[in-house]
Amino acid sequence: MTGAVGLSSGDGSRGCLIEARDLVKSFGPTPALRGADLSVRAGEIVAVMGPSGSGKSTLLHCLAGILVPEGGEVWFAGGRVDAMRETERSALRRDRFGFVFQSGQLVPELTAEENVALPLLLRGVRRSRALQETRDWFERLALSGLEQRRSGELSGGQAQRVALARALVGGPRVLFADEPTGSLDSLTGEHVMELLVAASRDQGTTVVLVTHDPRVAAYAEREVVVRDGKVSALAGDPVRS
Amino acid sequence: MSLVPLTLLGLLEREPSHGYDLKRDYDAYFGRGRPLPFGQVYATLGRLARDGKVVAGEVEPGAGPDRKRYVITHQGVAEVEAWLAEPVEPEPHLQTVLFAKVTLALMLDRPAERYLDAQRAVHLQRMRELTDVRRAGGVVDALLADHGLFHLEADLRWIDVTAARLSSLAEAVRA
Repeated sequence: MTGAVGLSSGDGSRGCLIEARDLVKSFGPTPALRGADLSVRAGEIVAVMGPSGSGKSTLLHCLAGILVPEGGEVWFAGGRVDAMRETERSALRRDRFGFVFQSGQLVPELTAEENVALPLLLRGVRRSRALQETRDWFERLALSGLEQRRSGELSGGQAQRVALARALVGGPRVLFADEPTGSLDSLTGEHVMELLVAASRDQGTTVVLVTHDPRVAAYAEREVVVRDGKVSALAGDPVRS
Repeated sequence: MSLVPLTLLGLLEREPSHGYDLKRDYDAYFGRGRPLPFGQVYATLGRLARDGKVVAGEVEPGAGPDRKRYVITHQGVAEVEAWLAEPVEPEPHLQTVLFAKVTLALMLDRPAERYLDAQRAVHLQRMRELTDVRRAGGVVDALLADHGLFHLEADLRWIDVTAARLSSLAEAVRA
């Protein structure tokens, strides 16, 4: 694996793998985060809840190095993410993080198999080896037989499982999932969550799960609520470890 | 009629049974950790027989007290059918303890939001437990857990909406 710049392989400060400290982020005149704090331990599955517009997706995007906050700090494995250059953050996202969004966001021109292999190909893994590695994931996520289909030929649940396989194939340290079941019916959504949790636990992947759905949040070990751009811990749940 | 006799009637519509078998099936499907006492089974069957909803067969030869087989009557079947078809009365949500607590907290200028957060945490914890049950158990357990989960979810949505409206609610109750 190509290591992202300036990061240790161990956990970051205070036993956390990933941490937001006093984050501030606005979109034009609209404040999205107003001093948000969150610490997530290695291997933990945390649900970030909150009403629409509360800032929960912005928090996830800052944690994942997609957005850069105007104030505060983001730490991952002892490295300061918000201070990295774009190329470093890009490497971090590619090598250490996995992403699942509300709708799979698969590349329509590629087959399901090629979509799953994509993160490995982007890292420079040989095509034959990358495709070999994807095969386990098709079996694991009950996708066998769908390898050659394109996204338009997959149901919503199948597409989301392909997206999950793509997110996990490279063995990320952190999986960021933003409303991963938001476009699925209840039963299909639960199936996807079952697989997401089981696969993450098997691999020891840390999960930051943004959802407004308490049934989805119930798969997490801990929930926090984002309200008006700040993070509130629920009773018994420290915001910071 | 309350739940136990109607449930026993339903089990008898499935097939004629001895009291012991009825208790075993009731405990397996509906008991959920609260087994039905034998005394209640036989007392209920006695009342159902008296009211013409079941009939008891002849005492069968053999050892033990449980030697009568119970059979549901047409009247019993009609009762089960009517019960199944009739929707359950919706709960009067506005009278819940939670509603009273929030209203009182606002009236007394106490931290209603904190109370709601505490309630949210307890609800989510229970949802986590039920989610574990549905993941580990069979389809019957999953069905029962789902019922609990959806009710808790409804409460949580109410908690969220209430939390978002606390300032206007406070104005209303303090007026």
